[in-house]
Amino acid sequence: MSAALALGDDALVLSHRLGEWAGHAPVLEEEVALANIALDLLGQARVLLSLVGDEDELAYLREERAFRNLQLVEQPNGDFAHTIARQLYFSVYQHLLYERLAAGDGEFAGLAAKAVKEVAYHRDHAEQWVLRLGDGTAESHERMQSGLEALWRFTGEMFQPVEGLDAAGTTAATGTTGTTDTAGATDTAGATDTAGATDTAGATGTSGSGSGVDWAELESAWLSAVTATVERATLTLPTGPRSGAWAAGAGRQGLHTEPFGRMLAEMQHLHRSHPGASW
Amino acid sequence: MAAVTADQKTQSTSGTVKAAGTGAGPAAGAAPDAADAALLAAFDAAVAADDRIEPRDWMPEAYRATLIRQMAQHAHSEIIGMQPEANWITRAPSLRRKAILMAKVQDEAGHGLYLYSAAETLGTSREELLDKLHAGRQRYSSIFNYPTLTWADVGAIGWLVDGAAITNQVPLCRCSYGPYARAMVRICKEESFHQRQGYELLLALSRGTEAQHAMAQDAVDRWWWPSLMMFGPPDDASSHSEQSMAWKIKRHSNDELRQRFVDICVPQAEALGLTLPDPDIRWNEERGQHDFGAIDWTEFQQVLKGNGPCNEQRITQRRRAHEEGAWVRDAAAAYAAKHTTPSTRTAQPAQHVEETA
Repeated sequence: MSAALALGDDALVLSHRLGEWAGHAPVLEEEVALANIALDLLGQARVLLSLVGDEDELAYLREERAFRNLQLVEQPNGDFAHTIARQLYFSVYQHLLYERLAAGDGEFAGLAAKAVKEVAYHRDHAEQWVLRLGDGTAESHERMQSGLEALWRFTGEMFQPVEGLDAAGTTAATGTTGTTDTAGATDTAGATDTAGATDTAGATGTSGSGSGVDWAELESAWLSAVTATVERATLTLPTGPRSGAWAAGAGRQGLHTEPFGRMLAEMQHLHRSHPGASW
Repeated sequence: MAAVTADQKTQSTSGTVKAAGTGAGPAAGAAPDAADAALLAAFDAAVAADDRIEPRDWMPEAYRATLIRQMAQHAHSEIIGMQPEANWITRAPSLRRKAILMAKVQDEAGHGLYLYSAAETLGTSREELLDKLHAGRQRYSSIFNYPTLTWADVGAIGWLVDGAAITNQVPLCRCSYGPYARAMVRICKEESFHQRQGYELLLALSRGTEAQHAMAQDAVDRWWWPSLMMFGPPDDASSHSEQSMAWKIKRHSNDELRQRFVDICVPQAEALGLTLPDPDIRWNEERGQHDFGAIDWTEFQQVLKGNGPCNEQRITQRRRAHEEGAWVRDAAAAYAAKHTTPSTRTAQPAQHVEETA
């Protein structure tokens, strides 16, 4: 699996989901903000996919099993709180990841350095809304908490090492199943995350050639950032499993959730109806 | 997409007159007739001299009401106009086109924001205007009641609908009301960009496969006449035109602008390799303009009355977005109330600014 494909698919799929909000947002300012974030992500996706091949072939002619995005980003929008929960989980992850990539000297350093500025805005937008919804009215509090709960089980996958972004440059291919199992077993609650994270770090190595991402360190940074926001918003960090035996790492292996196929059917239909046409 | 709402000129103004009445003109109190006459004379002189009227200047109540009506309809058109195009965001056939379309729909929300802000300088509020839209008391451009059935419709909207809007809007950059004119300067720049992109989209289809060419032609066939209707009823049936022109809110008549638009489109259609669905279009040497066929004003009236193909769908989606977003807006307000310090709270302007007249 190419790291560019994994990161590119994350951005492409989340951008598509945010695009579905156009004309449906709760206030005009959010029409602008959600479209803005969607556009940033689409821009990132185009750069990343172009590193792999033709952006349109990759976006429109791959089938579900060939997509490498996280299951988190393909989740349907739900209500505004659900969307914001997805934005919080992903944008904090993406921000921390891109910061680390930008600081290294790997092949993604340049594009991460550019994208990290956009993602910092996405993260701020998500965090500000988590605060407003969590600490707003009783209804918004409840909806925000539900959003956080519903998507929590998709967050473990973010810290499965992505081949090509590993610290030691070792392939994750050999360890994929192993680390998935480990994560599934240990990441059952927030409290055990540190232990789980250490295991993952042990499995992939932390010593650092240029672009290396220390996934355990990334995970603990993510957890503390998300915890801080959730608590400030008077919400509770979900306690359920952050991944299941099936869900963890599955998106990165082309195993997706059911709504994803329908999303792709809509996204790809026109392009596929006119083979070879240019637009 | 944006459409200045010339096509709404026939509607009643009863709703907006009431709203405008809340703005405190000096005539409201015991102002003597002589002072009134002096204010009116000063206003007329300013308009005649092509000066800009600004929010704190005195203005006739009917001028205020007309502007609120027109600007509200214009803003509503931007917001409703997002729907037909957003309909294709998730199906755009290339990532480049998808990015362009998303950016355009985002711009439209931004234009709506400018225009609501500009309208607020007249003593109304965005909330009030949106409530009127949702209640069916204010309109939006009739063009957005037509469906986008194929991808080519996105191009036809850019070329024809935005093209008609620009033809209408460029003169508004010189409108007598300052905030409206300034909003239009910013909006027209972005609209011209959208229009070129729509044209370029159609050009790609027209020069593409046979199926793509046919898709482009079909879209132009469906959008041509509704685009001509965007300029509003013929001059002899346009009830507000004369007064609006006297006030320099409007600079050209509906028919003048429509003619200008046809003259622009004919050579563009040729360059596109597409035909306009009007067998009567031909160059008239004597007039130095194109003749063109008769518009179906019955259809236009039906769409204005709410019986167009998408009227119900458009307003229902808008209402639903607003209603389903209520808890989000409530949350933001509740959070602000909890987290705003008392000093900041009192520093916020109460409502609106007409105390100085």
